Amino acid sequence: MTDSASTLPAPTQLDPLRISEDFPILASGPNTGERLAFLDSAASAMKPRQVIDSIVATYEGGYANVHRGVYHHAATATRHFEGAREKVRSFINATTPREVIFTRGTTEAINLVANSWGRTNLGPGDIVVTTELEHHSNLVPWQQVCAATGAELRFIPVDDTGVLVLDDLDALAEGGTLKLVTVVHVSNSLGTHAPLDLIVPWAKSHGALVMVDGAQSVPHRPVDVQALGIDFLAFSAHKLMGPSGVGALWGREELLAAMPPWQFGGEMIRRVEYSGATFNDLPWKFEAGTPAIAEVIGFGAALDYIESIGGIAAIAAHEQAMTAYGYELLAAIPGLHLLGPGPGEDRGGVLSFTMDGTHPHDVATLLDARDVNIRAGHHCTQPLMKRLGVHATARASVYAYTTREDLDRLADGLGEVRRVFGLA
Amino acid sequence: MDDLYREYILEHYRNPQNYGTLPDPTFEAEGQNPLCGDELHVQVAVDDDRRVTAVKFTGQGCAISQASMSILSDEIIGKTLDEVAAMNKDDVVELIGIDLTPVRLKCALLGLVVVKMGMHEHAGTAAPAGWEGVDEISWGTT
Ligand SMILES: Cc1ncc(COP(=O)(O)O)c(C=O)c1O
Repeated sequence: MTDSASTLPAPTQLDPLRISEDFPILASGPNTGERLAFLDSAASAMKPRQVIDSIVATYEGGYANVHRGVYHHAATATRHFEGAREKVRSFINATTPREVIFTRGTTEAINLVANSWGRTNLGPGDIVVTTELEHHSNLVPWQQVCAATGAELRFIPVDDTGVLVLDDLDALAEGGTLKLVTVVHVSNSLGTHAPLDLIVPWAKSHGALVMVDGAQSVPHRPVDVQALGIDFLAFSAHKLMGPSGVGALWGREELLAAMPPWQFGGEMIRRVEYSGATFNDLPWKFEAGTPAIAEVIGFGAALDYIESIGGIAAIAAHEQAMTAYGYELLAAIPGLHLLGPGPGEDRGGVLSFTMDGTHPHDVATLLDARDVNIRAGHHCTQPLMKRLGVHATARASVYAYTTREDLDRLADGLGEVRRVFGLA
Repeated sequence: MDDLYREYILEHYRNPQNYGTLPDPTFEAEGQNPLCGDELHVQVAVDDDRRVTAVKFTGQGCAISQASMSILSDEIIGKTLDEVAAMNKDDVVELIGIDLTPVRLKCALLGLVVVKMGMHEHAGTAAPAGWEGVDEISWGTT
């Protein structure tokens, strides 16, 4: 089912209604007072009380700037901050916390690699391969770096259902030196899962590095960086029930050690003179300035929370059940077209669809009146939308707190949309 | 919220007024709402008194954007360009008669913005960069 979970013991079964009690915002929707059927976790997940409490506890009981203060609170904040780094390390099974760099999120993590590794290692004749599925945040940085360095950006194509076509990978490496393959692990627009077990060995056979955009995989399925055999992983805390404004880059230590810093200032230095500076060790070399202290600690609290409700494998199993259920409900609605892989395939918990005679924004607006929240638009994947021949889609996505009733309310709401538009 | 989709709006969405193209427009313009991908292409014909004699548009997008353009097209036929230039956000909101959140307001205003961009281009006045600063219509960031 997942890249690395197949050997794990059967996960515990989640009780989404019990879990929902931890999420104050889900208790009552702003328009109806009914439970909020929140089906937009792929954009950003809601936060459990445990994460909110962690942030309050930091500010009320242990806040100070990290790393340099000599007083009690500074030591406490530093201990919790570095403790969160260890939690991230453990969550993705990295070998050392030195490989975990805190960033503002997935986007900044990718920009770090593009600017630091990319600008020092890419040049004319070099090839970067990505996919037609990418979120703008794993596309535009590489367009920029390739334009600046003379490297060429190439794409693993998708078929009409948005599944990656891997038949002719070698052609992508012809006529140049393949240096990097950077892929979205699970597509935020379609739920497509990229088969890293095929892509990584291929990239390695060409001596290339592999970067994975884990924004939609790390929160939803077990991701083990060592088992995957990859080189860089980017993800965001806000999508895994943690605070916004923080995320992580994981990279293999020897690669990170060889990369130059890309932002300069406090924290990232060892010794500064008027004439120059030497830089700090990993990971701080890449963490210039005061970090998002309470948010990083809250990030750690979110990982603890995932453990406390049964772990990431249990979440993956629950989402798979919800996705299958939702897929079936939506597929039965006349005039509704689901995009992306079918329900039986290895896919993420994202249901992207269009409905004849309606625009996704109208669909989302009408559902909002019932406190059913979905997303509508291009999902930051404009080239993919164009490739699939749609302007926009409506997208429902599931998480640990999603219930069958939430999906029933989605389906009921879509029936109402059809009535409003005179389609039923 | 269901109020947004009152029959009046849906009727304009399903059967837009002035949909199509003009053989000989005085000016035309097109624009997108990058937020949701609404698209409009608007053509306008004016007579020697700078009075709008015909408007035609094509486009795709949400009901609000397309219905608003349909309603707007009826409204500006017969107006002088100066009168059109004086129209603002409140006029559009009043015309369509529904309450809109800031995000959906952009959908409703797309038509007037595209018309005004065409007028700027026609008059040779500096076309506003992108969406921002189109006369009195200000675009918040969302
Ligand atoms: C697949 C994917 N990549 C990257 C991102 C960017 O994440 P962030 O905005 O947290 O930097 C997102 C979030 O929308 C995403 O879904």
